[in-house]
Amino acid sequence: METVKKEKLIDFFETMVKIRIFEITVERNFTMGNIYGTAHLAIGQEAVAVGSIRAIKDSDLITSTHRGHAHCIAKGADLNIMMAEIFGRATGYCKGKGGSMHIADFEKGNLGANGIVGGSIGIATGAALAIKKKKSGQIILCFFGDGAVNQGIFHESLNMAAIWNLPVIYICENNQYGMGTNIKKVIKNKNISDRSRAYCIEGLTIDGNDVLEIYNTITKTAEIVREQCIPYFIECVTYRLRGHSIRDSQRYRPKDEAKNWQKFCPIEKFKKYLLDSNLITEKKIKEIENNAGKQVEDAVKFALSSPLPDISKVTEDIYA
Amino acid sequence: MRELSYSESIRECLRQVMLSDERVFIIGEEIGPYGGSFGVTVGLIDEFGSDRVMDTPISEQAIIGIAIGASLLDLRPVVEIMFSDFLMLAFEQISNQAAKIRYMFGGKASVPMVIRTPVGGGIGLAAQHSQSIEALFLHMPGLKIVMPSTSYDAKGLLYGAIKDNNPVIFFEHKLAYQTKGHVPEELYEIPLGKADIKKQGNDITVVATSYMVHKALRVSEKLLKEGISLEVIDPRTIKPLDIESIVESVKKTNRVVLIEEACYTGGFTCYLAAEIVKHAFDYLDAPILRITGLDCSIPYEHNLENAVIPSEKRIEQGIRSLLDR
Repeated sequence: METVKKEKLIDFFETMVKIRIFEITVERNFTMGNIYGTAHLAIGQEAVAVGSIRAIKDSDLITSTHRGHAHCIAKGADLNIMMAEIFGRATGYCKGKGGSMHIADFEKGNLGANGIVGGSIGIATGAALAIKKKKSGQIILCFFGDGAVNQGIFHESLNMAAIWNLPVIYICENNQYGMGTNIKKVIKNKNISDRSRAYCIEGLTIDGNDVLEIYNTITKTAEIVREQCIPYFIECVTYRLRGHSIRDSQRYRPKDEAKNWQKFCPIEKFKKYLLDSNLITEKKIKEIENNAGKQVEDAVKFALSSPLPDISKVTEDIYA
Repeated sequence: MRELSYSESIRECLRQVMLSDERVFIIGEEIGPYGGSFGVTVGLIDEFGSDRVMDTPISEQAIIGIAIGASLLDLRPVVEIMFSDFLMLAFEQISNQAAKIRYMFGGKASVPMVIRTPVGGGIGLAAQHSQSIEALFLHMPGLKIVMPSTSYDAKGLLYGAIKDNNPVIFFEHKLAYQTKGHVPEELYEIPLGKADIKKQGNDITVVATSYMVHKALRVSEKLLKEGISLEVIDPRTIKPLDIESIVESVKKTNRVVLIEEACYTGGFTCYLAAEIVKHAFDYLDAPILRITGLDCSIPYEHNLENAVIPSEKRIEQGIRSLLDR
């Protein structure tokens, strides 16, 4: 594996920081009553989105989940338009009709978040089929959580991707919880990646809080998937530092559990690596944080100053 | 004039569309060498190969999911689901994904796919292979629902459905497959949302869907001998619904009978009756009569099955009862 260039590493850090600040800002605005519905935050899982999406080409595709802000930002979404959607504004990605769980950005190759656990696994597999039929040379990353691997469509889709040799990387973000249920209660496998091997799909389990490990693994995997036109499965073991949604009071988990995992925060971990390797200075870190903070604050300003959706248009966009 | 069976006309449409549009492919269980459970796709795999006639595992949910994903990248999948009862296995993908994607994404995506599926009873396949479940999908904004009754309509409507940029469920009645009728050789489109008057008449408007159209036409022939003239209308697509054509007929005849094979409670004709009341209340000289399947699963034994599904006898009796009002 080639050494990753310094600019790339800085970009990983910048993007993870941007996601973290975006998520914290969404959380704060929900508490302040600025956000009407709900949102599922990816705080603690930034490395998965950034490490994997930075390892593919801009022209490649992704499908996302209800916990989709990180994927969306890493794939190049406009923060203003994203925030506007979460605030339910007419200027948002879905004109205020989708909200946090349904942001899609086709121009950037994001085929959409999904409110149904496992709901996008078939869609990603079908997009991979289309890629293969068109011989476009793309690949698709299909993100889903640990909860999704107990859904029927997970098994049906992996089987079809295997028999038809489809260019898709299934990325399971194992954040330990399907809503409030610890994964150990509902999955007997030690590693979720064992399940992919049941369908003759190569599967790996890696540290989902190590952005470099993810980047290197997906880079290597993407090459195989693109060249050999076969599916692959990567389980990224991570931890959801916040509740299931911003409405979750987290009665189900030990109070110190999240605190302990905080030690493995992907951003802190990577920051330490960059500092220890003299790849970044404290000053540069501050600058990155301030810059990201400003971008997110601008996004909030954009959202707040954007018009609410026109009620007379509520029944538009049902049919093409 | 050239005649084709309903299944031949569907096959001819698939073949002609696949020849003219390389984005179109068909996908489903046993549609390749087997030729489809009802033989509709016989021979297509020989002509187009397994890349465009894709046999799948028995995995309805992922079949639909995969078709959605392919359609998002501008392909035009035509799915065959072996029996419409099996749509239940894919209900999530059809209702939460295919139907809602365009709206949820603020109009930024479309899902141009067709789900072809045999519907209805009449051949002794019992409860899990015979139900008429189209009304379930009426509740899903974003879907279109097509129910052709004749060979001619099947070909034209299927082309209309494939050209449409929305997810379309195309219900093919099992008893219609062997019916024959005139079908032009060239590809032609019947736009979705246009009813067809199958027989003009003056005394009573009869709106029937799918195979019930054939039963209504047979009853109308019988009654005509007694001088009773029925106007038989086939909506052809129940969503979008051409309510104007139906209302126009009701305003002429002042009496209306609605016939569908599905269960009595919550069927398509409940909605249709409400629409007729809304648009033509003052023109009605008698209550709207609905003749439907019983609120019962479809039983196996022939006589039991006939008792649940509207028979010609039941249709005739119903229509006669309305004449006396």
